[in-house]
Amino acid sequence: MKPFDYHRLASEEALGKMEAGRYLAGGTNLIDLMKHQIETPDALVDVTRAGMDTITETDGGLMVGSQVTNTDLASHPAVRRDYPVLSSALLSGATQQLRNKATTGGNFLQRTRCQYFYDTTRACNKRAPGSGCDALEGLNRYHAILGASEHCIAVHPSDMAVAMAALDAVVHTRKRDGETRAIPATELHRLPGDRPDIDHVLEDGELITSVELPVRPPRLQAYRKVRDRASYAFAVVSAAVALDVDDGRMRNVRIALGGVAHKPWRASRAEEMLEGQQPSAELFDRAMDAEMAEAKGQGHNDFKIRLAPRTVVAVLRDLTEVTENDE
Amino acid sequence: MNRPSSSIVGTPMDRVDGLAKVTGQACYAADYRGDRGAAEGYIVEAPAAPGRIVRLDVEAAEQAEGVIAVITHRNAPRQRPHGMPEDAGRFTQSHALLERDRVRYFGEPIALVVAETLEQARHAAKLVEVEIDCGEGTFNPFENAASAVKPDSLDGADQVDTDKGDFDTEYAGSDHRVDADYHTSAQHAAAMEPHTTVAEWDGDDLTVHMAIQIVSSAVEAFSNTLGIDKERIRIVSPFTGGGFGSKLGIHNEAVLAALAAKAVDRPVRVVQTRRNLFSNAPHRSRHRQKLQLGADKKGRLKAIRHASLAAMARDYPFAEAPASPTRASYAVPALRTTHRVVKADIPKVDSMRAPGEAIGTLTFETAIDELAEACGIDPVEFRLRNEPDADPQTGKPFADRRLAECLRQGAADFGWQGRQAPGSRRQGRKLLGCGMATAIRPNQLNPAEAEAHLTPDGRLRVRLDMTDIGTGSYTILTQIAADALSIAPDRVTVELGDSEFPETAGSGGSFGAASSGSAVYEACREMVEQLLSRLNEQGHTVNSVSIDGDRVMTGEASVPLATLIDAGGLTVTGEIDPDNYDSGEKNYSYGAQFAEVEVDADTGEIRLRRLLGVFDAGRILNQKTARSQLMGGMIFGIGGALLEQSLMDDRYGSFMNRDFAEYHIAVNRDVPDLQVRMLAGYSEKSNPLGSKGLGELGICGAGPAIANAVYEATGIRVRKFPIHMEDLLPSLPRS
Amino acid sequence: MKAIKITVNGRTHEAGIDSRRTLLDFIRDTLNLTGTKKGCDHGQCGACTVIVNGRRINSCLSLALSHDGDEVTTVEGLAEGDELHPLQRAFIDHDAFQCGFCTPGQLCSAAALLGEFREGLPSAVSGSHTPFVEEIRERMSGNLCRCGAYNHIVDAIAAVAGEKR
Repeated sequence: MKPFDYHRLASEEALGKMEAGRYLAGGTNLIDLMKHQIETPDALVDVTRAGMDTITETDGGLMVGSQVTNTDLASHPAVRRDYPVLSSALLSGATQQLRNKATTGGNFLQRTRCQYFYDTTRACNKRAPGSGCDALEGLNRYHAILGASEHCIAVHPSDMAVAMAALDAVVHTRKRDGETRAIPATELHRLPGDRPDIDHVLEDGELITSVELPVRPPRLQAYRKVRDRASYAFAVVSAAVALDVDDGRMRNVRIALGGVAHKPWRASRAEEMLEGQQPSAELFDRAMDAEMAEAKGQGHNDFKIRLAPRTVVAVLRDLTEVTENDE
Repeated sequence: MNRPSSSIVGTPMDRVDGLAKVTGQACYAADYRGDRGAAEGYIVEAPAAPGRIVRLDVEAAEQAEGVIAVITHRNAPRQRPHGMPEDAGRFTQSHALLERDRVRYFGEPIALVVAETLEQARHAAKLVEVEIDCGEGTFNPFENAASAVKPDSLDGADQVDTDKGDFDTEYAGSDHRVDADYHTSAQHAAAMEPHTTVAEWDGDDLTVHMAIQIVSSAVEAFSNTLGIDKERIRIVSPFTGGGFGSKLGIHNEAVLAALAAKAVDRPVRVVQTRRNLFSNAPHRSRHRQKLQLGADKKGRLKAIRHASLAAMARDYPFAEAPASPTRASYAVPALRTTHRVVKADIPKVDSMRAPGEAIGTLTFETAIDELAEACGIDPVEFRLRNEPDADPQTGKPFADRRLAECLRQGAADFGWQGRQAPGSRRQGRKLLGCGMATAIRPNQLNPAEAEAHLTPDGRLRVRLDMTDIGTGSYTILTQIAADALSIAPDRVTVELGDSEFPETAGSGGSFGAASSGSAVYEACREMVEQLLSRLNEQGHTVNSVSIDGDRVMTGEASVPLATLIDAGGLTVTGEIDPDNYDSGEKNYSYGAQFAEVEVDADTGEIRLRRLLGVFDAGRILNQKTARSQLMGGMIFGIGGALLEQSLMDDRYGSFMNRDFAEYHIAVNRDVPDLQVRMLAGYSEKSNPLGSKGLGELGICGAGPAIANAVYEATGIRVRKFPIHMEDLLPSLPRS
Repeated sequence: MKAIKITVNGRTHEAGIDSRRTLLDFIRDTLNLTGTKKGCDHGQCGACTVIVNGRRINSCLSLALSHDGDEVTTVEGLAEGDELHPLQRAFIDHDAFQCGFCTPGQLCSAAALLGEFREGLPSAVSGSHTPFVEEIRERMSGNLCRCGAYNHIVDAIAAVAGEKR
């Protein structure tokens, strides 16, 4: 860990008067990466005691401070009642110890678990731009099948962000000059392209202050995380699904996938095919086949092209109570 | 032979070190705080291998805040060359590091940064710049099978190859055959305590606090590495946080700590980071095992061939023996086993819990399941039908073999229904299946000595250099001593893990309890003899004693110990000589394991529902700790079947998943209620205690029972381990 | 060097520390309270679990500076004098450890878990049909135990939680 200055932010409003530095929230990923010197900030600005740690019910929606811990968000009665996909995603992530520290804002901004990113002796365009990507021809079981580039096939590891994407949450930020903006959760993260070192669209010094959960989310929601270990493991693939069924037809269908791309992947094509239709196993399959049309495996992760749609279809089937289209 | 009296041994006595462990007072190596504060050492690993260091720039590191020294091949204190003397075993040979500019394997230490604090050392380590001129490396044994050689010896087996009967003819003449290659993954022991050493010199005397399984061979290793007399080395290791084979010998942090402490004339602590451990502590090689089995129409085995191929770390002579259990499992007229290794430029390959059996039974017992199915015979029945009445390889008798009893009781307790049609049992979206396998593991007895010291106030102190790596040594040795001397366990203090104590074979190979326990038993028997003789000298005619408080109780009288023992106490020693227990018979521990799994029909995720093991390990010394050890072994079996896999990038010879996030050992939720049954028994021919080893037995058979259950659940036979969802997905029906 | 004040097991410590020092290294090497263990130093094993302001965390992934003014409980602080915490007693009774290295973390985790039950915090498996032991298994999955004492850890916690319910 490189020596650094440590400052503490007293309030959101004090941001402009602070020394510049990397924002430190729960630290469960940043401190990890700093020990490896994959992250080497000269200064940290601890934002955990600057307020931003409350959950407020707004007009039918919910405003979540960026420093609300994953535990507090997952256990909040309104979240459990109205946004169960989010509670479930949060609880499927990491462990109680980590969720007690990890924050809403920090969870969005955690970095990939690609082992070539973590191993500083290896080529990684995300860690060392221009060095190449050793994962392409290497061990890539956990890697992306959608939206990847020749420069990076890493995936975003968050569970929470997948649920946030499915819920169309909105991320509120504040820049050092006091300017604020609202970014749809689906647009917070980038695809790697030729700049995989840039994970998200936030500018230097821009701080996530809160996350807004929308009014009247779809009533049927579920998060399914597929993993080798029964707990305490990153997703091989995950699916967050939310929809309504009115008069036998699916409405407001939202599907997001985790573990398949550099960002939570909204399955827009599948959503469109399902919207307004009657649920059926056959349609689920067709919709997800369409979603996977451009999926590309890298060898060890080829199975995800089959696994991802099956996972979504299983969740859809459960939520709509469609009996399986058995063999 | 007299069976020892037993009132304490065998009971589920609580661990005597339990209080220390639940209050945080148990002192592991990294917890040691000496009088002189230790400097912190941090390992700088080679970023590429094999090759030569062409540039090593440590100036920036040396200038960094808090740095005391940077030890490299240029300034390291003298060592004897790595691997010397040639006739020493792998544990005791020189483990020299930083010898020259040569780098053998990825992650090998090229420097140790020594600083005042961990933070300073860790940062400065990043400032070291190195360039390696890399040569062509050999990493993947299977891609280099053409260069495979027969190893000089195997771990835990007398012969590298065996060939009995006429395999080709018997196999050709078989009615049912299995012919398949199985692959097992590289694995790491991944004890929770990282390898840790604190080294401290006083002139030419070296004191080492370290995490270690075998103290005496570690002394020799330091002696051979540093070129100093054994008498000048003291090792202290009262608690070791798990070993599983990886701490049998000394490893890189130990050598570096000793060198650095010498160089900076100050105690130095080196704790391997979790990432270090994947290169600087040993691993189990990946293996390819070819199995060819043949049986007749009635399901009687006719031919077995088991050919193993693995990697051996260049310059470190260890080869595992997966075909060893195959030699003793079933009656068969033709039995051919071979082991080959490819010398590779990889980190040390060495024992990991149940070397041989863990992966040998995993593959072989899966193949047996395949053959039983080919024969149309229930797998339990198939095994019973092929149960040998003498060692199939040598024809020697078995010392005591109760495998059939394990199989029968296991089937009954588990509710074994016989082989169901694969893929036929479903519960919602879960496919269910059961499987079973047998467990076998050689039982050993090694030389050991112990010292017993009785004070006039009736306190017994037992000392030996045995270690407690979680096995329960402190507790069972207390029990053994208490019974042998008829003294209350709370009057007994067992002191372990110090090279100043009498020598034992330490913890390993499931021989620890028997070997050290027998030595303690013998020492206490000697103590009884001495007391009897003194009592007789005083005119008491007695032939047994017990101790109650500060008095010796004899049948007729109660004699103050102070009249028999002077103020300094009475010290006696005892030893166990394994030759006295060499009956020429084949001695194993046995078991039968039964598993039920569920496989998600959508995703292929596999979860274990039930695992039941019935074990024959002779006399159980402590019901509680024995059960715990067997359970722990079974969980290793779960890991081998479903989770554990050290993945090497074969372009670079580097393990890539070097942390607990990616190297998956089972978590709490992976483990259902494990059912452990221990057959009551007493193994006359094993040792004076009647016990047999069980520290590794639980692994054996657990993995294949799970694999066979996965097959029954899905109808998919996976021949590589661990079994993952992607192995099942292609064959699972579309939604 | 930065000054901090942290209360550990009821005792307040003031110290000047390297800003890089984690809470774990502060506990172990600044205060020399060595009960808390370092198994991975990256939040992947749980051996370093301590309780901060009533919540369990991985002390290895937290800067000590972030805990200025906080109250920390380590394994050394679970017992009240010579009176063991019921979990400590239960761990011994149920043989809920072997090598003991993960045990301080398991115990702190379990102690905090009892509080989470009281608070009604959900887990990934919470539901009306979830067996109690399955709840414990999931909630204790952040503490690896390589010796494999999991069943016994669950038994010990269930015994104590049962008494308290």
